[in-house]
Amino acid sequence: MLLIHCPYCEETLPEAEFTYAGQAHIIRPENPSGQTDDQWEEFLFIRANPKGPHYERWRHFHGCGRFFNAVRDTVSDKFLTTYKAGAPRPDLSTLLPEGQK
Amino acid sequence: MSAPISQKAPGVLAASTAAEIALAAPCARLSLRARGDLAPLNAALGLTLPTRIGQVVPAGERQVICLGPDEWMIHAPSDDTAAIASACADAYATLPHSLVDVSAREVTLTIKGAHAAELLTIGCARDIDGIPVGEGRRTFFDGQTVILWRDGDTAFRMDVWNSFSGHVFDLLKTGCAELAAEHA
Repeated sequence: MLLIHCPYCEETLPEAEFTYAGQAHIIRPENPSGQTDDQWEEFLFIRANPKGPHYERWRHFHGCGRFFNAVRDTVSDKFLTTYKAGAPRPDLSTLLPEGQK
Repeated sequence: MSAPISQKAPGVLAASTAAEIALAAPCARLSLRARGDLAPLNAALGLTLPTRIGQVVPAGERQVICLGPDEWMIHAPSDDTAAIASACADAYATLPHSLVDVSAREVTLTIKGAHAAELLTIGCARDIDGIPVGEGRRTFFDGQTVILWRDGDTAFRMDVWNSFSGHVFDLLKTGCAELAAEHA
């Protein structure tokens, strides 16, 4: 079972308490009716699906209930960091160990 | 189908040499959500709302646990509900908040005995020893969200939704007997 650090509870807790909530840092357009079909499709459906570090949202569902963001390596399943919703996207070069940058 | 746990009389429901599971007497349960300067609510409730998640503040017969950055659960004697509600309603003008009576939603199971902490590990993936005495946590127990209060080294309370309490109790009862056999 993965252990996930909740940035609100400030504890590292079992995955069972959390739910996955998709890719992070996707901003809803200010004016949806001004979007073309392609732009709207991009916002609704098109996701990165990278092999490697992935910025994603998680929710501490069976705990504080908060959504937060995480950087997880999709190959190793290792969490590089977690941070509060609304916090700026952390720079990958500060997260990866030497030699993997 | 067996009757819901809430229809049973408060008292011991299952016991073994390992642990004892009892149904606690009904109490008032109020869910409080608020943001910003909490001073008006602190004054209305006559206590200081804890701000660290998991922290419990007892104040006379009232008890508050912080469940999230803007969420608390208040336990109080059943006849205290109206007093709390009207005091908080007076604070509404200065601090808009949500106070909801959820007394009927949950029941409290008390779990105590030499192997109480070990018993909880059958349904809870969290490190039980990571919960300090005198604090509590909202967590996950065999599929259900529960609030686990740690009153002592070997004394816990578990608030579980009434509709799930039969399932949770059955699991605890089985565990109670198994642990007694294992440690016999």
